[in-house]
Amino acid sequence: MAEIDYIAQAKESAIAALVGLALTVPIVGLRTDSSGPDGMTIDVRMLDAVLLAIGIGVGHFMVNLARGLLQQRRRAAKPAIARAANLKSVAYFLGAGALVFGLVLPGLPFADRYVMDVGTLVLTYVMLGWGLNIVVGLAGLLDLGYVAFYAVGAYSYALIASHFGWSFWVCLPLAGAFAAFFGIILGFPVLRLRGDYLAIVTLGFGEIIRVILLNWYDFTGGPDGMSRIPRPDFFGLPFARSSPDGATFHEFFGLEFSSMHRIIFLYYLIFALALLTNVFTLRIRRLPVGRAWEALREDEIACRSLGVNPTNTKLTAFAIGAMFGGFAGAFFATRQGFISPESFTFIESAVILAIVVLGGMGSQIGVVLAAILLIGGTEIFRDLAEYRMLAFGAAMVAIMVWKPRGLLSNREPTVRLGPKPGAGS
Amino acid sequence: MTVLLDLEGVAAYYGAIQALNGIDIQVMEGEIVTLIGANGAGKSTTLMTICGSPQARSGRIMYAGEDITNRPTHQIMRMGISQSPEGRRIFPRMTVLENLQMGAAFGDPAHFDADLEEVFSLFPRLKERIAQRGGTLSGGEQQMLAIGRALMSRPRLLLLDEPSLGIAPMLVRQIFAAIKEINAAKGVTILLVEQNAFHALRLAHRGYVLVNGAIQMSGTGSELLARPEIRAAYLEGGAV
Ligand SMILES: Nc1ncnc2c1ncn2[C@@H]1O[C@H](COP(=O)(O)OP(=O)(O)O)[C@@H](O)[C@H]1O
Ligand SMILES: [Mg+2]
Repeated sequence: MAEIDYIAQAKESAIAALVGLALTVPIVGLRTDSSGPDGMTIDVRMLDAVLLAIGIGVGHFMVNLARGLLQQRRRAAKPAIARAANLKSVAYFLGAGALVFGLVLPGLPFADRYVMDVGTLVLTYVMLGWGLNIVVGLAGLLDLGYVAFYAVGAYSYALIASHFGWSFWVCLPLAGAFAAFFGIILGFPVLRLRGDYLAIVTLGFGEIIRVILLNWYDFTGGPDGMSRIPRPDFFGLPFARSSPDGATFHEFFGLEFSSMHRIIFLYYLIFALALLTNVFTLRIRRLPVGRAWEALREDEIACRSLGVNPTNTKLTAFAIGAMFGGFAGAFFATRQGFISPESFTFIESAVILAIVVLGGMGSQIGVVLAAILLIGGTEIFRDLAEYRMLAFGAAMVAIMVWKPRGLLSNREPTVRLGPKPGAGS
Repeated sequence: MTVLLDLEGVAAYYGAIQALNGIDIQVMEGEIVTLIGANGAGKSTTLMTICGSPQARSGRIMYAGEDITNRPTHQIMRMGISQSPEGRRIFPRMTVLENLQMGAAFGDPAHFDADLEEVFSLFPRLKERIAQRGGTLSGGEQQMLAIGRALMSRPRLLLLDEPSLGIAPMLVRQIFAAIKEINAAKGVTILLVEQNAFHALRLAHRGYVLVNGAIQMSGTGSELLARPEIRAAYLEGGAV
């Protein structure tokens, strides 16, 4: 049907508003108040609840309308194959542009401490997004507890670095190995589960790790977290004004001391780690194991009939994804110098997953765009205070309406056809 | 002639429902054997049981002198058995070349290029569409791709499940010619499941007729073609 049926849509939105009312009345309409003199009282705020429900109805109507109009436009648009080719070159230029921009950013005139901090934060989420993309985007395993591996990496780094005093470059691979090990421990029993079941178990795993970190006081410091985590140095040269045991970074290079040196070093560090994740993913997609991940996501029965062992294949995806989460966690720990279980709540998993899904499930450059939008966006709109999350939600809804399959959903073939077809089996 | 595949009294179930009722099938090295029967007779189940999914609940499956009854699917499929499954099951978002690479995932990479050329000489259409996504191929081309993918692992035994299903008659002839060539030129043993009994029996050396999960009849292709009850049930007015 080309015409939009407004009346039917209005009815549907009215129903949505009613359902919304059923939720807003208990959640918003009734509020306990214990600040008064006579103990706990119930504050009734029905007007708020009704207004919210009306808001839900109107929002529902607008979203449907926008979707209908978009579909009409899309039908009139270019054929799919031309669009796909277009998208490919767009992705390529975006990727090259982002790489160059990321490299020169610290040298740009407006790159003050705040910009560098936001850039570092965005890159951390780009890396986490790329790591999770291996699990969700390539292997098609819905993991709602990815933050657990981020936490394992961060705490492994903090514990090893504080207890043994080893350098960042020793602790980093160890943190990744621990996270991968946890990935295998979790993956082994649960990878037989499919879809929703896997999602629920991974969600639970994420919470379990957080609760353990919270309660194992002697080992992790519980809710107090761990502080005084060793800061990174430049291959043995500390970023300090002066050091009792030898030259510092600025002395060695004959520079004026500046606290920006460490900020910029951290930025390039996460830039390199993220790039490593990306290059690794692009490479492994061309190898049999990486191709098997994608094939498994498309058709598990066909894969088994080709000799693929589904359990092992999923396990490698899970472990490798976890490893990159662990690297990112180690970086997080050394950058903050302080970690606590509060940094590893479910909302982190949700944000990372949102980045992967919005980016287009499996698209590498899509993850970058989504991370800039979601992380950079919420940072820039910090002035909006509590409306920030509202803007965040609205942006997600808008993207899902506009691009239901993510920003860049076109899958890149792993083989480019040159003069010699079939090269590189 | 040696026996390559031997099913003895194989019974298979989906949960509590029995799909195979103790069947015996023998396939000799180098043969084309066809398994015909009506919809729901258990033909696909027979092929899947050979591959270990579902596993046979009783009876024994021997392949090349080894008992494979209780092995996991992925192991069986690396022993020189290959399948083009029912409904083709190619990877729709992957290109033709990537699909073929998946077929060769556990083979020696050294003969990938040569095997690819052989598949392309068998199905030149696939070469024309090498960079196209599997999901955008026509039904016949998808079937060619499914067979090609199965061949990329250099199988000794090829299991084909209804390669003619839903395909234009001209392409059916091409595909049957290719099956014949795979058997004659490469010496690959073939177990072919078909509802298209006429084509299948003319092509095959021997055939089995499956009814309600049990073997009802067997014989050479021409013997079965001449049987009046076969003609009545599967040829005239049947599923030709
Ligand atoms: N996955 C399954 N679960 C339950 N029953 C099944 C399943 N697959 C097939 N069957 C049943 O097993 C019987 C044999 O099916 P099948 O082997 O597909 O027959 P054919 O390939 O000869 O058409 C049918 O009765 C079918 O309904
Ligand atoms: Mg069937």
